[in-house]
Amino acid sequence: MQAFLDIFDVYLLEAVINGILLGGVLALLALGLNLIFGVIDVTWICYAELVMIGMYAMYFMVQYYGLSYFIAAPFTIMLVAILGAALHYLVIAPLLTAPPINQLLATGGVLFVLQSFATVAFGIDFRNLGIRLPVLAFGEMNFSYARLLSFLAALVGMIAVYLFMTRTFTGTAIRAISQDRQIMALMGVDTRRIYLVTSALGGALAGLAACLLVLQYDVHPFVGLSFGPITFLICVLGGLGNFIGGFIAAFVFAEIISLGGLFSDLEWGYVLAFAFFIVMMFIRPAGLFARRR
Amino acid sequence: MLELRSINAGYGTFQALFNVDLDVKAGEAVGVIGPNGAGKTTLMRVISGLIRPSRGSIAMEGVDVVAAPPHKIVSLGIAHVPENRRLFPKLSVDDNLKMGAFMKEARDHYVERLEVVFDLFPRLKERRQQMAGTMSGGEQQMCAIGRALMSNPKLLLLDEPSAGLAPVVVQQVFELVKRIRARGLTVLIVEQNVQQVLRVVDRAYLIEAGTIRATGTSAEMLASDTVKEAYLGV
Repeated sequence: MQAFLDIFDVYLLEAVINGILLGGVLALLALGLNLIFGVIDVTWICYAELVMIGMYAMYFMVQYYGLSYFIAAPFTIMLVAILGAALHYLVIAPLLTAPPINQLLATGGVLFVLQSFATVAFGIDFRNLGIRLPVLAFGEMNFSYARLLSFLAALVGMIAVYLFMTRTFTGTAIRAISQDRQIMALMGVDTRRIYLVTSALGGALAGLAACLLVLQYDVHPFVGLSFGPITFLICVLGGLGNFIGGFIAAFVFAEIISLGGLFSDLEWGYVLAFAFFIVMMFIRPAGLFARRR
Repeated sequence: MLELRSINAGYGTFQALFNVDLDVKAGEAVGVIGPNGAGKTTLMRVISGLIRPSRGSIAMEGVDVVAAPPHKIVSLGIAHVPENRRLFPKLSVDDNLKMGAFMKEARDHYVERLEVVFDLFPRLKERRQQMAGTMSGGEQQMCAIGRALMSNPKLLLLDEPSAGLAPVVVQQVFELVKRIRARGLTVLIVEQNVQQVLRVVDRAYLIEAGTIRATGTSAEMLASDTVKEAYLGV
């Protein structure tokens, strides 16, 4: 009996740590989506599909053109950043004053366009980088290097965004704009430019996430479905547009998925996470960290 | 310095200003007085580009203001302290001031300008890290004026700086306006607090229902029967 408990504790600890590692990437995804929502007041339904395109970019650069992973990564981040800016310029900007439902439908349309494009262009095969990172054995626990690397890179990405948002003039303007849109012109701020920069930044975060997720998951046109919905749940649970709420909610979800997976299959972890979300929406409809009025 | 000629402006089908002519010369302090809804705030917004005139011309030191995009007007040397201050409530005092220095020309002199503003408002220096929305009304007004001064303007537009402030604080705000003038800034100030504002400015315009009804030096305005009856309660 005692021996059983010891093993159980190790597995539990391993699951908790794996949850934290998963939370890092989820927090990164949530930050990108929250940024767009908080600043531009638009939800990019197709956010995970930008990640999918980024994963394909990584796949082709690494597998087809033989670039090293670390050289391909910055290119991918740049590509998805440009994609984010283009999405804003071509789809969102003309609809900025339109009713929110139209914006949702438009970005939802982009989701299908990107999925179909990937299906036609790349086929429905599952592809991967062919990079197999070793597993780190720590005591009786095993952690994949891919997850550790992803967690650290996600953390660095988030710290970089934090510094950008707090130290630079443009970052300060990004934080200011949602508090009073009309008077930004009085500060000499061109709101259209700030929106474009924000969209590129949101795209860059999706690009970074793509570089990290491609280490752990195969790419296929519908891969966005495996982390898109969970990203939305995290953002809503943390309170849409609330960066810190999203950060914490990402780890809450990651732990539920990871610990739920410990007791049965990983899929059950997701079921638990979604069930938790539904219950929370009844208890705190405005998100975990909404201020009480 | 600033010349408005036959300005018409409004919101949608509602016209708020009719054929307004207004001049501000360099170094002057000019007041615009009048009742609620007379078009005073609209006048300020037209000058700083928040709304566009439907007719007429505005020139700042000979440069056409109407042709400039709204976010470029601050570069012409016009800083607008809007009605109700309109600070960014969830940003610190520091970040609010930083926003005031957003445009390129001001960014290069950010540190110097910060010193000027802190010299003028030592209180803000003590509150640098505080969220702007949590400060008292008077402190917020200081912060709003400080934010406008960060761009090193030639012309400062003040829209109802005394609104919503306690009488003692109103006194302080008008003292501030005097100190700002002493630094050589040109000021255009909109106020409902007629008696107070006429003590600070050189000249004033009386605006009613979107039209300039009277203009003159402060002394003339104080002596004018129209102003006396309607606004000074004499």
